[in-house]
Order: sequence, then C-alpha cells, then structure tokens
Amino acid sequence: MASDGKKAPYTLQIGPIHPSLKEPVMFTFEMDGEQVRSVDFAPGQTHRGIEWMGMRRNPVQIVHLTDRICGICGIVHTLAFSLAVEQIAEIQVPERADYIRVILHEFERIQSHLLWAGVAAHELGFDSLLHLTWRVREQAMDVIENLTGNRVNYGIVQVGGVRRDIVPEQYKIIEDCLSTYEGLLTKLLNLFLDDTTIAMRCRDTGVLTRKEAIELCTVGPTSRASGVNMDLRQDYPYAAYGDLDVRAVLPEPHMGETHGDVYDRIVVRLFEVGQSCQIIRQCLSEMPSGPYTAEEKPAKILAICKKATGEAIGRVEAPRGECLHYVRMDGKESPTSWKVKASSYSNLMSWIPMLKDEQIADIPIIVASIDPCLSCTDRVAIVRNGEKSILTKEDLTRLSVEKTRRLQR
Amino acid sequence: MTPVTVAAILGWCILLSFFALSAGLFLLGVDRKFAAHMQARIGPPIRQPFIDVAKLLQKENVVPANAIPWLFSLAPIIALASSIVVLFYLPVGSIFPVLGTYGDLVLVMYLLTVPALAMVAGGFASGSPYATVGAQREMVTMIAYEFPLAIVVVGVAWRLGAAGLAAPFTLGTMAANPIWTLVGPLGLIGALLLLLVLAFVTPAELSRIPFDTQEAETELAGGLLVEYSGRNLAMFYLAQGVKTLVLSAVIVAIFFPWNLSAFIAMSPWIALPADLLFFLVKAILVMFFAVTLVRVGMARFRINQVVSIYWIYLSVIGIAGLLLLMADASIPVLAGVGI
Repeated sequence: MASDGKKAPYTLQIGPIHPSLKEPVMFTFEMDGEQVRSVDFAPGQTHRGIEWMGMRRNPVQIVHLTDRICGICGIVHTLAFSLAVEQIAEIQVPERADYIRVILHEFERIQSHLLWAGVAAHELGFDSLLHLTWRVREQAMDVIENLTGNRVNYGIVQVGGVRRDIVPEQYKIIEDCLSTYEGLLTKLLNLFLDDTTIAMRCRDTGVLTRKEAIELCTVGPTSRASGVNMDLRQDYPYAAYGDLDVRAVLPEPHMGETHGDVYDRIVVRLFEVGQSCQIIRQCLSEMPSGPYTAEEKPAKILAICKKATGEAIGRVEAPRGECLHYVRMDGKESPTSWKVKASSYSNLMSWIPMLKDEQIADIPIIVASIDPCLSCTDRVAIVRNGEKSILTKEDLTRLSVEKTRRLQR
Repeated sequence: MTPVTVAAILGWCILLSFFALSAGLFLLGVDRKFAAHMQARIGPPIRQPFIDVAKLLQKENVVPANAIPWLFSLAPIIALASSIVVLFYLPVGSIFPVLGTYGDLVLVMYLLTVPALAMVAGGFASGSPYATVGAQREMVTMIAYEFPLAIVVVGVAWRLGAAGLAAPFTLGTMAANPIWTLVGPLGLIGALLLLLVLAFVTPAELSRIPFDTQEAETELAGGLLVEYSGRNLAMFYLAQGVKTLVLSAVIVAIFFPWNLSAFIAMSPWIALPADLLFFLVKAILVMFFAVTLVRVGMARFRINQVVSIYWIYLSVIGIAGLLLLMADASIPVLAGVGI
C-alpha cells in the first residue's frame, strides 16, 4: 500500500485470447481496484493478408475472396467490392439484381444482429437468452441457405449482379420467416428491454456521447445509439435502397431519450431487425422482373474488367456500420490497388472513452457492444525477424513519401 | 468415549464422505440437465460431472511459476475437506448428525465460510491478476451474504428458543421440531421470508449466476480457479458438488426436516434408504428452486450490486422476517397479560 493512502494501480491484461473476446485483440487496462483508469488496445492479432492475396487475382475471383473476410458479413464485403468494380468498369446492374442483393443484405443484418444479441446476453451471464436468440436465428440462416445455397460464405454476389434468382416458390419461405420474426420481435424486445438485470447492467454503462461519437467517426448502430442520425442506406442509397423507405433507427423515438449507453445499442439493433423485415417485405412486393445479372458468363465479365481503368469506392451499410472497399484498376487482370475498411475499424477507438471509469464486470459487455469484427478489421501486421513492431504516423508518412519518390523515378 | 464408538463414528464419517462426494456430483449433473432443458438444449448426461472429475484426475497438475506452491496446493484440499465436514453436523435423511452432539448450527455457519476462505487463499496464491480480482470479489461477496445468513439462523433458533425448546441452535432440535409447526400465521410469513433469504444466499455461497462475480467466466475467465488444473481443479469441483449438497441439506434441515419414516410405518432397513432417497429428492427440489431456476433466469450482477442486494434488500427482508417471528412469539404472551 502506498504511503499516501491510495491504492496502487495495477495492470490487467485481457486478450489476445479471452473468453469474453470472440476474436483476438489485446487490451491493457490500468486498474484501480475494480475500476478502469485507462485502457489501451492492440488489434492486428488476426491479420491474414487477404488484400495481398487479392492483388494476385482477378476481380471475378476476388469477389469470392471478399466473402471470406468475415464469417458474418459475406454479402457486405462482396457487395462493396462489386459496387466498386462495377463503377470502374461501368457495368449496369439490372434492377432485379439490386433487389435480390438488398433482400440478402437485410437477411444478413437480421442474423448478424440476432447473433450479437445472443453474444451480449452471454457476456452478461444470461445464457438462457443466448440459447433462445441463437435458436430463433436459425430460421434466418435456413432462409439464407435456401436462397444462396450456403449458410455462411454465400458466394451469391458477383460483379454485375447475383448468381441466383429468387423464384416465386421461395417467396413463401421468405414470407414465413418474416412473419415469424415480426411475431418474435415483441417477445425479444420484452425479454431484453424489460428485464431488470439487463437494465441494471446496461443502462448508463459504456456511455459514448454524441460529440464523442462524431469526433471518433463511429459508424452504424454504435453511432446511431449515441443519437447520430446516420445510415448509409438513407444518406447514400446504393443498390435498390433509393426506391425503398429506409430511415435510420435511433433510440429516441423508441425509448424517449438517448443515453448513448449499451442499453441503447441493444435497442437500436433489435429495432433494426424489425426494420429489416419491413425492407425485405417491401422488396418482395416491388420486385421488378428481368435478368438477375448483367452478364452470366464469368469469362465475359473478366474480359470487361480487364479493359477497365480508374478508381472507385464501394460503400455499404454493414450490420456494424459503413464498410468501404477502394479499388483501382489499370487495365490489367488484377487490380492495382485494393483497400478494405471494415466498419469495426471506425468503431474500435470508441472503446477508449466507453471503458474509462467503468468496472471490470462491464468490460465484456462494453467491448461486445460495438459488435467488433476483428478479422474484418485487421489489415496490417508488421512482423520482421519474428518481432512485431508498430508503425507510427511519422513512420507511415516517411514510407509513403519514399514510395512516391520511387514511383516518380 | 470408548474406542468402539470412535471407530463407529469414523466409519460413519468415511461412509458419509463417499455419499457426499457422489451425491454432490449427482446434484451438479441434475442441475446441468435441468438448466439445459429450460434453455431448450439436450444437455450433458447426468453422469457428466463424474466423467469430468475422472478426466481431471488424469490431467497434468500445473502450478504457476509465480504461485506460492504450498498454499496453492493446500487450498483445494482444505476446501474439499471442510465442505465434507459440514455434512457430519447435518441430518441426512433419518441419519442423526454423526457429530451432532459436538456442534450446532453456529458451527455449521463458521464451517461454511472455510471453503470460501480456502478459495480466497488459493486465488491469492495463484499469482494471477484474474485470480486476485476474483479472490477480492469472493471476500466482498462473503462479507455481503454473511449478515442475511446470520439473520436467518438467529431468527429460526430464537423462535425455537421462544417456544421453550432446549438447545435451539442444535440441528437435532430443528429437525425434531419443524419451525412451521410452532408458529402462528404471522410467524408463518416470517419463516417464509427467512426461507426466501436463505434461498438467495445459496447461489452466492455456491458462486453461481447471478452472484458468480468471483468466477465470472466472461470477465475473469474463471477468476479464482483460473490457474487451477488437473487434480487441484478436480478437488475444487468435488468441493463445489459437496457444497451444493451441504447447502441444500442446511435448507432442508432448517425448513423441511420431515422424513418419510415418520409418516409411513416401515422396517428400519427400508426406512434408512427410503429416508435417504426422500432427502435427495428434497435436496434436488431445493437446489432446483434456489440455484438452477435463478441461474437460468438472470444475468450476472456487478460486485457493487451484489453487495447492495445483500446488505440492503435481503437484510431488510430478513429483519422483517425476524420481527414477524418475534411478534408471533410475543403476541400470545401479551394477550395473556391483557386478559
């Protein structure tokens, strides 16, 4: 014990592997008893070099590689990459393909949010709710399997459209699933939002103010729960969203006030499940007929892509927020440059204000509350002679200048 | 004491220890099965805890480099031994407590803290920050639930004493005179409140959800037990089973002490196993309501919430129960004075 009567702070490390973390990330907490004084974290523990692999492949192949960036956001990454390539190669995507893309995109959001709700319940020690939500999630997975042929890594989106049509017989399956979820939603809202223990643990825990949310450039449900009216589907409609009625889900209309805490993040995600059901229903009723892809033969798509030059950004509202793919093509088979910025990349920094002054007990749920997807996020890991190093801003500037000089020569 | 009685007592103790170990593991298995069915899962077979222990006994026993080895290895032995010893003071079925004449409920209360203290010592001796935080939480939890627990014990014993019974704290007296038969309507409510308090102390004693902050899988990765493995972990696991049995037995002894043989006439050779089975059924029921149902239906509390729940809510409920029992005992007396 220190002589001034204060408790000596100690360091608590959580990660890279820990039961509360679904993916590897390393936290270092400066603790004071049960309270977090400050926190630092080190992502980059699950870097797989996907961009490096992509640079050696052609766009038709990369689409299916992007499917494997994340186990949950298969549609998100394939769609963002396809949108970028379609802009460069000036491919006109048929309207029906846009609608099919939106339907799958929203089903993915449903299953992702339900998965998250289960994980959140588990982090709170409420395992019954975990089992319940994951059981109801199965129906969305079944529908996705019916529509795409796969439960994960769907392989349905391709440059120029989608690879499979949705036939009228499948409308009924989709409709069944939607009505089940709309019926279940009241029950889920009741279980999560009216439960005393959940409210005790989540209300005013891990608060991210609106100002912080904007300053840290957070995206998706994390920023919406702090009251930032921001949703790519509403602000920058892609695919068929321009025709559809989408409004960002904010906690205020549903709960009366915005706290920006973990509870509000639950609110936003659960109401988004309901919103996704409405969007899919709207898509089904307005679905235009016509081809489902601009070009069926991959060889022809490839031929078009090979001639394309230019750069473009594909932006998609993933379940976790905006996901962005930058592609540059110079008339070669593989792209000159390809950069993935997953939604969690923008959200990770919000952990620092959220975790400050909270208790150890709240670390798991706060970390989970932004729904971090680290395999999506990790793009860089510097390893030299078996030693890991961190590149600072100055290092990066120096390296960029050197690279530019080399290219100018 | 003759050598024969000593030998008889020792023999009973050994038999009872084996019963405690196997019944404890059986209770854990039943608990897992019930919980699984309530969560719409199939769950592991009831013999799973036995399989787990058998497996753990074969595993390597790792002692961390910065642990205090003797304390680290001693803690699980103390935890297991002390939890078995508690059972010697409790009536199991119609078997009168083996050491019942040497100790009463106050001793049982003290003995119940020993496994928790052993876990705290083991946690601090592990030299891991997770275990240290877990040990601190265990201490705080212990301080939190001791007071409501004491209220229950004192309340019931006081009422038995007020009814004119000699040695109200002994479990023999409690088993022979169920509290429900002694009290009027006010006391009935009071006793029910005390039962509720005792039921809520149970999950904390057993470190189960919602009061499992000291082990908190998602926060501390097992907390106190994080560094334990192999034989040591198996002993803690066995202790957990025995503690489950012991706490159920305490609730059964204080509040549900009836035996089958008291109602149905049967020969002593049938009565003993029949009462034992009936005791197990009662223990399972108590465990189901006090542990399984609670842990399935709730999220984990924060440590400060645990403290406020015990010190404020449950203490108030306990004191209300105590006051009702006192009122119940004194009203007839006062009424008698009035006449």
